[in-house]
Order: sequence, then structure tokens, then C-alpha cells
Amino acid sequence: MDSSTLFGISTFAYFIAMAVYVSYIAFRNNAVAVTATSITVFGFLCQTGALLLRWVDSFNIWVASAPSTTFIESVLRGAPLRNMYESMIFFVWCLVLIYLIMEFKYKNRSLGAFAMPVAALALAFIDVSGMSTDIEPLIPALQSNWLLFHVFLSFIGYAAFAVSFAAAVAYIAMASESRSEKAYIFWSIAVGVFLIVLIAMGIDYLNMSTSAQGDFIRSYFLKATFRSSSGVIAVFSWIISAVFILALWRYGHGLRKILEGLSITKIMLEEIEYKSIAIGFPLFTIGGLLMGAIWANSAWGTYWSWDPKETWSLITWFIYAGYLHARFVGGWRGKKVSVLALIGFIGVVFTYLGVNLFLSGLHSYGGR
Amino acid sequence: MENKEQVNIFDGIWGFFASVKLAIVLLFLLAVTSIIGTVVPQESPKAIQFLGKIFGDNTAPAVYNAFLKLDFMDMYHSWWFVLLLVLFCVNLTVCSLEKIPRTWKLVKTPVKPMAKNVLETLPVKKEVTLKVSLDTARDEFLNAFRTSKYDVKEAVQEDGVQLYSEKGAYSRLGVYVVHLSILLIFVGAIIGARFGFDGSLNLPEGSSSDVVYSRTGEQVPLDFSIACNWYKTDYYKGADAPQEFSSELVILENGKEVLKKVIEVNNPLTYKGITFYQSSYGIVPDAVGIFVLKVSNDRGLEETLRLKQGESFEIPGQKIKGTIMDFSPALGRDPQSGALTTYSDSLINPAVSIRFDMEGSDGFTGWILKRYPETGIIKDAGLKVEFLDYWGVEYTGLQVSKDPGVIIIYIASIVMVLGLYAAFFLSHKKIWIRIAPVGKGSVKVNIGGSASKNRLALERQVEHMLSRATAAIEGRLKKN
Repeated sequence: MDSSTLFGISTFAYFIAMAVYVSYIAFRNNAVAVTATSITVFGFLCQTGALLLRWVDSFNIWVASAPSTTFIESVLRGAPLRNMYESMIFFVWCLVLIYLIMEFKYKNRSLGAFAMPVAALALAFIDVSGMSTDIEPLIPALQSNWLLFHVFLSFIGYAAFAVSFAAAVAYIAMASESRSEKAYIFWSIAVGVFLIVLIAMGIDYLNMSTSAQGDFIRSYFLKATFRSSSGVIAVFSWIISAVFILALWRYGHGLRKILEGLSITKIMLEEIEYKSIAIGFPLFTIGGLLMGAIWANSAWGTYWSWDPKETWSLITWFIYAGYLHARFVGGWRGKKVSVLALIGFIGVVFTYLGVNLFLSGLHSYGGR
Repeated sequence: MENKEQVNIFDGIWGFFASVKLAIVLLFLLAVTSIIGTVVPQESPKAIQFLGKIFGDNTAPAVYNAFLKLDFMDMYHSWWFVLLLVLFCVNLTVCSLEKIPRTWKLVKTPVKPMAKNVLETLPVKKEVTLKVSLDTARDEFLNAFRTSKYDVKEAVQEDGVQLYSEKGAYSRLGVYVVHLSILLIFVGAIIGARFGFDGSLNLPEGSSSDVVYSRTGEQVPLDFSIACNWYKTDYYKGADAPQEFSSELVILENGKEVLKKVIEVNNPLTYKGITFYQSSYGIVPDAVGIFVLKVSNDRGLEETLRLKQGESFEIPGQKIKGTIMDFSPALGRDPQSGALTTYSDSLINPAVSIRFDMEGSDGFTGWILKRYPETGIIKDAGLKVEFLDYWGVEYTGLQVSKDPGVIIIYIASIVMVLGLYAAFFLSHKKIWIRIAPVGKGSVKVNIGGSASKNRLALERQVEHMLSRATAAIEGRLKKN
């Protein structure tokens, strides 16, 4: 069995798990819950196996081309974290791992209905974006012992931030009393835009001609909707989006009843939200910023060059630093501080995907 | 009167900088303004192109001028961004100074026995009644407490005993350690900006230089000279993907070689505080290269030759003459016609065409490719010609930098890691265990605890301690 087959199985398993978690919410049946967890664990094990197999494959490729490297160095050079495809797979792996830990810790399986769609959608996104799945030769800039640690810790950080985002989304939905609250309006827009972009990318994919397949995402991003050559479609997309956001704003409260029915409490969500940030922030600071700076200094001759990736990491860092100070020193609580968690994750998405896909810079290999 | 007013102004300024609100506002402003530089290209020609695309050719110049005034094309060094950073530092310092005394008191104040009614209001609390004497209970709880690596103190009270302890008090200072490390980073950056420089140098193979060039194109003299012996790009087998860029550099002092090193990406050369990084490469225009060939045969002959185009060489004893006819920096086959073509000006797949003339036969011409040594095997003659290098046409592009602040950045990084660890993963834990006799031969045990963070972990620890002590007491009772 090769790694891509295993990846396929894990993607499939996550989709099934997502459906089973959702039906668990509907039926509240214990057997269904155990099934959902089992499928997730199975998918996770497959993904772990796939990652390891890919690691072995790229280790062998590296050894074949540079036989004089020591074993440990070759292991580090083989780490499957070298391009967009591999990093997304790893991101999903971190996310599922964190989810499983939380399911175990909070003994609440309903959260799976929110976590697994993110994992499944991210894997679907990998398919949609047409990024290369080949094991690429390691470019000289990435041949450093820092690669594994820098990327590994950054992604654990990203995944922790993603969890805090999900918790903040659910928290604001639960805590908002009226539609005229600022936090709730912001919530509608942020969640709306998030979903709209995902849906629009799905449409891009369906609309993509076979010839364009394998093309880089930048060339067709939102071309089927907002950036369509037909003005009618573009205008229509904007109108539909506005309607979508309005609908989300109008009916978003429904989520509260669902969450209450799942014995998810506001206190629990708030705790998940800030605890994930309290884990993600130090790891991201150490792995992303500090190790990144040290590596940059040995590779590029400067520890900080205001490269878009660096800058966006710093922006994200500023936002979460603001979150921590607002919460622990400024005494902000509840919705007010959760809005910062939403904004922080927008920073994360830009740092990770936005920069890779739309801005060029020293980190451009991340976008291939 | 005047003096008092001055004091008030000072207090006002201090108060302004001591506020967390200011910190949040500054973090927000830094985050928002930083975005500008990632969107607007930080070089004029690119910025002009970018603005033209967005605003159209008519309004773009006006926007460009406005951007120029606001330093948007070099915003991270603009006065207003630097001002924000300075305010951020002052805010950080004042806030920390304001809070450190209080925290220090919390750290230094030893934990004291606690009244029962207060104990019952603590975030972590447990209560259990045990059929055991006060002394036994005391011993076993003391044991359990110590096993969890607490330095336990004991107070005898009128209605029993109290065991109490604390751990990790210094973790409360973690946040200030992080703040300090941020200030250190700024110190490092300032030292780097003041005493360091950034430059570059394109050094052709076989040449040397005792100056480098700053970003603005000015010459910066070195007090030694640096030479490049060779530059090369290694490719992965069978692909045009580069595996490594490397150059052999030599440091010369008064014409004498003092240091020689092969540098690669991620592996620079440092001499006298100046570091040379492999950053690019290229072709020297109009340069005439030298073909470095290694000729060997099965009779033990091995010879390295250095020749120019058109020159010939002879293989001794074999009466074969080779002449260098042609060169291609990147020889490939046209995918349509199948004919040989040169597909790039860079030395991606260098190949040399050599005509071999032999006595008594017609001779032949063939291409020998550097990356494919098997192309140089001439079976009939038992001869192997390897194309080692086309030397002297490439230059190595070096990034040159001197930054005495880097060491401080490294120290700051270590300090920050320690600070973050203390601030986020350690907690100041306090535990009180109150044991009081109730009725005949029974004691009531009240445990209370507080933690500066991660209450759940403390709760688990307290439960663990409780179960260990009760198990030990039950064990004793059984023995008796």
C-alpha cells in the first residue's frame, strides 16, 4: 500500500466520520457515537501511516541523491513538510489529533460534528486547488535542520488557533442575545465570508475545465463567481453572498439551540477558546517566529526581512498577544474577546494560505 | 507650584503608558499598519506598476506621491511605524515596571495557614472524613504531599493541624521575562541597524574583491579580500531541479590565503564578523570559459586538461586527437523534432562537443554532457572523457552581512522561550490540608488549593494526593 492510497482512505474516513457525527447529533445514540470516534481514529491512523510512508519515500529519494548525508540529517531532510500539499495534510493531521484529545478530555462527542467537517473540507480543498501531490526534490533553501521543527511547531500552533476559532464561532452564536449586537453582526459577516469563499472555491472546482486541472489556484481562484468574465455572474455572486450573509445573520441563532441540545455549554466553549490560544501562542512564537528568524539568519543572511510571510506571522502574533492581554490583564470576557479570536484566525488563514497563494516572497515555495 | 504641575504631567504620562488599553490599541495599530507593506510592493518600480493597475494611469501618480510622503514603499522603516514600535516598547516597559512590584510580593510572600471558612471558598476543594487518629492522618497526608514534590510546612492549630505548601511561585514572573526578551530583540535590532550593514557581491569564478556593495550601490571596503575559486549548481539526478548551490570561497589577508570554505545555501562563511551567504548566481557577460576535462583510459592513464574552445589535446600512446568544437550551456532535445537544441542560457545542462580524430579511421564528433558522465565513454578506444566544468563564466552571488546584534537576538530568543514556558506552561500552585479531629477516633480532612492557571491540573494533583493518603491509611488499618 502506498501513501496516496492511505491518504485517500483517510480522507474518505473523515467524510464518513463527519456524517456519522452529524447523525449522532440527530439520534443521540451511543453506538453511533462510538462508531464515529472509531472511524475518526481509523482515519487518523491511516493518515499517520500515510505521512510516515511518505516520509520514508522522501527519505529514500534524499539518500539516493545525497548518499553522504548522515542518517539523522537524511531523516530531517525527508520530513514531508516541503510544499503546500504536504503542509495541508499535516495541518489536518494536527487538527484531528487535537480534536481527538479534546473529545477524550471533555467526553463530548458532539464537537466532532464541527471539527470533522473542517478536516474533511481541508482535504477536499487540497483536491480542489490542484496543488502538486508529487514528492518534489528538496530545494536548497529548505535543506536545513530547522525545517522540521519550524514547520511542525508552526502547524501545531495553526491547528490550535483553528480550534479556538471554531470554539469562538460557537461561543458567539450561543452568547448573543439579540441580532443587533455588534459581536453578532461581526460574527455573521466573518463566518459568512468564510463559508462563501469555501463555497466559491467549490464552484471553481466544478467549473474547471479539464485542461485547467493541475493549474495553479491563483489562475482560477473565484473565476467562476466573483471574478467571472461575465458581469452578470459577478454581480449575481455579490448579491447571493449578501443574501447569504443576511440569512446567516437572521437564522444564525438557530445554532444556539442545536449547541444547547448537545450539552455544549458557554463555559466549556470559552475555556476551549482561550486554552487553545494559550497553547497555540507560545508554540507559534517559538516555532514560527523565533526558529524562523534563526533559520532565516543562517539561510538569507538576515533574521528579519519583512517578507510577507514573516510580516503576516507577526500580524497574527500581535492579534493573539492583544487577545491574551485583553483577556488576562484587561479583563475582557465573553463575546468581546471572542471577536478577537475570530480576527486572530483570519490572520492565521492569511499567514498560511493567503501569503502562499497571493503574495510572493521568500516563502514562495510554500505555495507550490 | 510649578514643580507640582511637572510631577502631575509626569504622572499623567506614566499613567498613559501604564495602561493595558494602550497596549491593546498599539498591538491593533501595529497589526493593521503592517498589512500595508505586504500589499504595497516595497520597491518603487513594482509599486508604480501595482498602483497603476489598481488606480488607473490617471490617478496612480497622485496616489504614488501620497504613498511616497507616507513612506508606504518603505513603511517598516518609516518614521511613523518606528514611532509605533517605540511607543510599544515604552508601553511594555512602563506596564511591566508598574506591575512587577505587586507580582514580586505575590512571589515572595510565603504561604500561610488558612482559616477554615476561607479554605472552603478556594477554587479547588475536597472534603473527606476518615476513621483514623489525627497523628496517623497527619503522617500519611504529609507523606502524600511530599511525594508530589512539595516543600511542606506545618502549623498546629487549636482544632487540629494544617499542612500547607506552594510551588512554582516564580512562574508568575514568566510574563515579564517575555517582555524583557522583546526589549532585548529591539536592542539587538538597533545594534544591528547602527553597527551592521547589508550588502551583496557578485564574484566571478577565479576573481577576488576587497569591497562589497551596499543596497544603495555604494562600495563598502573590507579589510581583507575574498576570492571565489568556483561556483556550481548541482542538480537532482535526471531532473532540472537544483539540489544545491555552492561556491568555494577563499579569504585572503595581504594576498595570503587564511581561510577556505565551500559555502552552500544554509551554510555560510563568517570571517571577522562578516558573513557571506550563497544567495544567487549568474553568467558573466562575454566571458570566455575554460573546459576542464578529465581523460582516463583502461591502461591507467588519468589526466586533467584545461582547454579553450577550438583547442586540441592528444592522448599519449593512443594517437587520438580531440578538438573542442562547440559548447551548449543547456543541451536538450526539441520535443517536436527531436533535434538537439540549447534550451537555456544558464548552465543547466552543459555539454561540450568534441571531434575525435584517430589515425587510420574517419574520426567522429560527439557531445559529452557534464551531468551525464556516461556520455563520455568511448568504448572502442577504451577511453573515458569526463566534462568536469566549464570554468570562468559564472559568478556567485553573495549576500554579505555584518550584524553584531544577532547574538543579542539569539540570547533574546532563549530568554523568550524560557519566559513563554514559565508564563504558559507553569503555574503557581498552593495547597492547604486541614486535619481536625471529629468525634472519637475520626478526623475530617479539608483540602483546598489555588493555581494561577490550569486549575484542572491542580485538581487532578489534589485528587491524586488524596487517594494516595487514603489508600495508605486504609493499608495501615488493615495491618492493625
